[in-house]
Amino acid sequence: MEFLSFSNPTTLVALPILGCLILLFVPGQRPDLVRWISIIFATVVLGISIYFFIFFDHSEGGKQFVYEYEWLSLAGPWVDSQRAISMSVGIDGIAATMVLLTGIVMFTGTLVSWNINVNNKDFFILYFLLLSGVFGVFIAYDLFFFFFFYELSVLPMYLLIAKWGSSSKFSSFERTKEYSAMKLTLVLVAGSVLIWVAIIAMFVQSGVGSFHIEEIQAVMPDKFSVEFQSSVFLILMIGFGILAGLWPFHTWSPDGHVAAPTAVSMVHAGVLMKLGAFGIIRVGMTLLPEGAQIWMPLLIGLGAVNVIYGALSAMGQTDLKYVIGYSSVSHMGYVLMGLGTLSLMGLNGAVLQMFSHGVMTALFFAVVGMIYERTHTRDSLILTGLAQKMGVVAVLFTIAGLTSLGLPGLSGFAAELLIFIGIFQSYEVWGVILGSLAVIGAAITAVYILRLLSKVFFGSPEDDLSDYSDATLREKFAAGVLVGLILLVGILPFPFVKVIESGVEPILLQIVGAG
Amino acid sequence: MNFHLIYPEFLLTGLAFLVLTLDFFLPEDRKFLLSWVSSLGMALVIVFALLLYQQGDLYQGLLIIDGYAGFFRIFFLAIGIVITLMSRDFVQSNIGNPGEYYAILIFTVLASISLASSGELLTAYVSLEVLSFGLYVLVAYDRYNPGSNEAGVKFILLGAFSSALILYGLSQTYGLIGTTRLDEIAVLLSSVEDVSIGMLLGLVLILAGIAFKLAAVPFHMWAPDVYEGAPIPITAWLSVCSKIAIVAFAIRFFTTGIFPVVNDWQPILMVLAVLTMVGGNLLALVQKNMKRLLAYSSIGHAGYLLMGLAALVAVTDEGMFNTDFSHLVSNGLIFHMIAYGVTNFAIFYCLILVYNSTGRDDIQGLAGLSSRQPMVALVMVCSLFSLAGLPVFAGFTSKFYLFNAVASQGYLLMVGVAIVASLISLYYYLTVARYLYIEKVLDESIISVSVGSKCILGVLLIFMVVGGIFPSPLMDLIQTATDSVLKVE
Repeated sequence: MEFLSFSNPTTLVALPILGCLILLFVPGQRPDLVRWISIIFATVVLGISIYFFIFFDHSEGGKQFVYEYEWLSLAGPWVDSQRAISMSVGIDGIAATMVLLTGIVMFTGTLVSWNINVNNKDFFILYFLLLSGVFGVFIAYDLFFFFFFYELSVLPMYLLIAKWGSSSKFSSFERTKEYSAMKLTLVLVAGSVLIWVAIIAMFVQSGVGSFHIEEIQAVMPDKFSVEFQSSVFLILMIGFGILAGLWPFHTWSPDGHVAAPTAVSMVHAGVLMKLGAFGIIRVGMTLLPEGAQIWMPLLIGLGAVNVIYGALSAMGQTDLKYVIGYSSVSHMGYVLMGLGTLSLMGLNGAVLQMFSHGVMTALFFAVVGMIYERTHTRDSLILTGLAQKMGVVAVLFTIAGLTSLGLPGLSGFAAELLIFIGIFQSYEVWGVILGSLAVIGAAITAVYILRLLSKVFFGSPEDDLSDYSDATLREKFAAGVLVGLILLVGILPFPFVKVIESGVEPILLQIVGAG
Repeated sequence: MNFHLIYPEFLLTGLAFLVLTLDFFLPEDRKFLLSWVSSLGMALVIVFALLLYQQGDLYQGLLIIDGYAGFFRIFFLAIGIVITLMSRDFVQSNIGNPGEYYAILIFTVLASISLASSGELLTAYVSLEVLSFGLYVLVAYDRYNPGSNEAGVKFILLGAFSSALILYGLSQTYGLIGTTRLDEIAVLLSSVEDVSIGMLLGLVLILAGIAFKLAAVPFHMWAPDVYEGAPIPITAWLSVCSKIAIVAFAIRFFTTGIFPVVNDWQPILMVLAVLTMVGGNLLALVQKNMKRLLAYSSIGHAGYLLMGLAALVAVTDEGMFNTDFSHLVSNGLIFHMIAYGVTNFAIFYCLILVYNSTGRDDIQGLAGLSSRQPMVALVMVCSLFSLAGLPVFAGFTSKFYLFNAVASQGYLLMVGVAIVASLISLYYYLTVARYLYIEKVLDESIISVSVGSKCILGVLLIFMVVGGIFPSPLMDLIQTATDSVLKVE
């Protein structure tokens, strides 16, 4: 059956769903069986995503592992009469990187969710559903299915957060998990409303009767006027920007990430926010190149606000998860700035940053999850001197923190450096100003990360810490995978950059050609 | 006369009388068999309808049995079977008198079928009245429940009012152009230069009547009260069958009857559609009772259907019917109606099952359903997502298809409103989902559900998912149906 052959990207979607179906029929009273089934599926999916990354031929570039299936016919006055929505998938350099990231986060997220006791069957079903949606977005080459999977990845969020999440108390008010879940879901769906409008507008305007990205791309230069491109690109940019945490639409993200259970925070901050940036590249830049040129200065400006605003907000937080939540907003700012440069360097950096930040945030949230499981608090005012009892956890947190502030030799450095160079290259005077802002952002990151490290891990403990244990073997393994990747990308970024570049280059050539 | 075309309808009438007659002879403790007789009977009628299927028209075009009518005949019979099975326990334990109940249900199925196949306004009117009268009785069927009686009275008063509107519009149309046959109306309308005020008045009155029956804002006031008071299976039937039957007729009426004057009636429908989508979904936000909430939600869905109807017809500059995108829109309309129907059945059936064992139909009563009856909670949450238009369920695909079709016809702005309206609806659907899965459980009692009921739930769920991920067989059927109604000479 071609549908499930190993080199068909649809397996990435089908396997998690198969996992859901199998879990549906496992009795809920056997949590261990549920765990083992989940980890088996997560491992297989990880294997397949590694396969796609390794066997992606970057010297050839373009779309590989193609699969098409005519899914639903559309009646209408199209040129070649009967058209169809097709299930059309493939993997290019950008998607290959993102698929690898998703596979890793899925696997480690499953490992750190081992201790979920309440209805863990329902949890894993929803978790797998979420991930199959994420994989689907990365591989889809048809706007209908792109949107289908995009919505699918939003659907399970409400229940995942509101049921297994945690509320946070502030001095004057309480932010309940139900509130955060509702806010996150509604804001994200509001974003997808804009995307939906833009997709329909492009379908109607192109007049080819197809949602296939490449078919629309082929007629795009004739059918999409500059005005059309600029208005639709703005809609798309805001729609995707909402998911990418674009300021001022970012407020769902810290609340949502804090309320979510550990694995969901990892997927959400690590992978789901990248869907927004990925959408800007895959749909926005590919189909609306002139619109992209018009609006990129705005995107790079808002990205700079993201960087500074997120970093300053993170400085003001005491809850560990809120710190990381806001630092995600800040780091997504780098991605958006990188996209905004419209240069090869900057775009490579942006995609590499998406990967690097995904791994790093996953590690961050995993570590905070470990701390919370043991101490039942995330308040950095209460926690001190944890390093004495939780040495490994402290090391892990330090590595994530150093990646976050861009220490050379770790993945964040390579990515951010590319972005900075891209910014300086592509805009003259503004490039210097914006580039400096971006660098200042990295400096602020250093302030709050180092402050947190010294307080939480290396202060002198007042309470008795003897109850606290260090990371278990399972947790060490999960975190070790992430740390390994951070080091790998930090020391050897070029294999990654080559793959990314093979995906970025054609898109960029088209934009430059259009201008 | 070629009566063989409507043998299935004769059989169905016979079935209704058979049920009524059996009701005399069966002892009280055997009357549950009547539901089996009706559902198996309808299944047999489906078999006959498929075997004896032929196309043609009767009584000089009063009834048109074409692919379209044939499609809806099977469809209404199928949902008739489902609603009969869904009513089984509810009728037995809550209202009694199954004989008349099932017989009247069958009559409403019959009326819906003939509404979808009528090619003439008066036939449509009579079918609509048969349908409405059946529903008036069924809504008030829970005799000792004051709520049901109140709903029945409200429904019959406002229903009679809206029927009067349609009838007045009909007489106006007939008086001015001298025919009630849809194809002749089209010929006459396209030959006149300017349409008279009187003719417009007639059209507006007919449209208002249709809007009343569809519960479109601002003619929606009866719906929440009637939905809340009626027995739950009848609420489901009301929200699915009557709406689909009316839209099925409206598609034929607009595309074969009054398309030449599309510019006169289209704006009215567009205003109604926008008001209905936004109004229905906004009003649903504050509801505490599940049936009322679903009433408003189905008003919102009627808005999407009205939007499709408004975008159904386009004319070329020469006044000819431009069918470029009408196929897409009518396919989308029928697809969305089916998806909505299946989903609404699923969610109402969950509600029936909860009501049967707890006697509650408010949202609070659903708290903690996931631990009290996981299967029902699962189906319910899936139907909520489907109604909200999230994948992988039928509601997503059908909404996408319909909205895309309407936009292709050139109404992107109206589609924007529809998309925002469906975002609003997500809030209250998620609120219900919160009660199902997250709220603290106040009443720990386990809700027991028989295997048969679980099978029905499972079938509905499968249809909901298959409609979402593998709709092309269904779409092929819909395509053959709309081909026959959109054929242009």
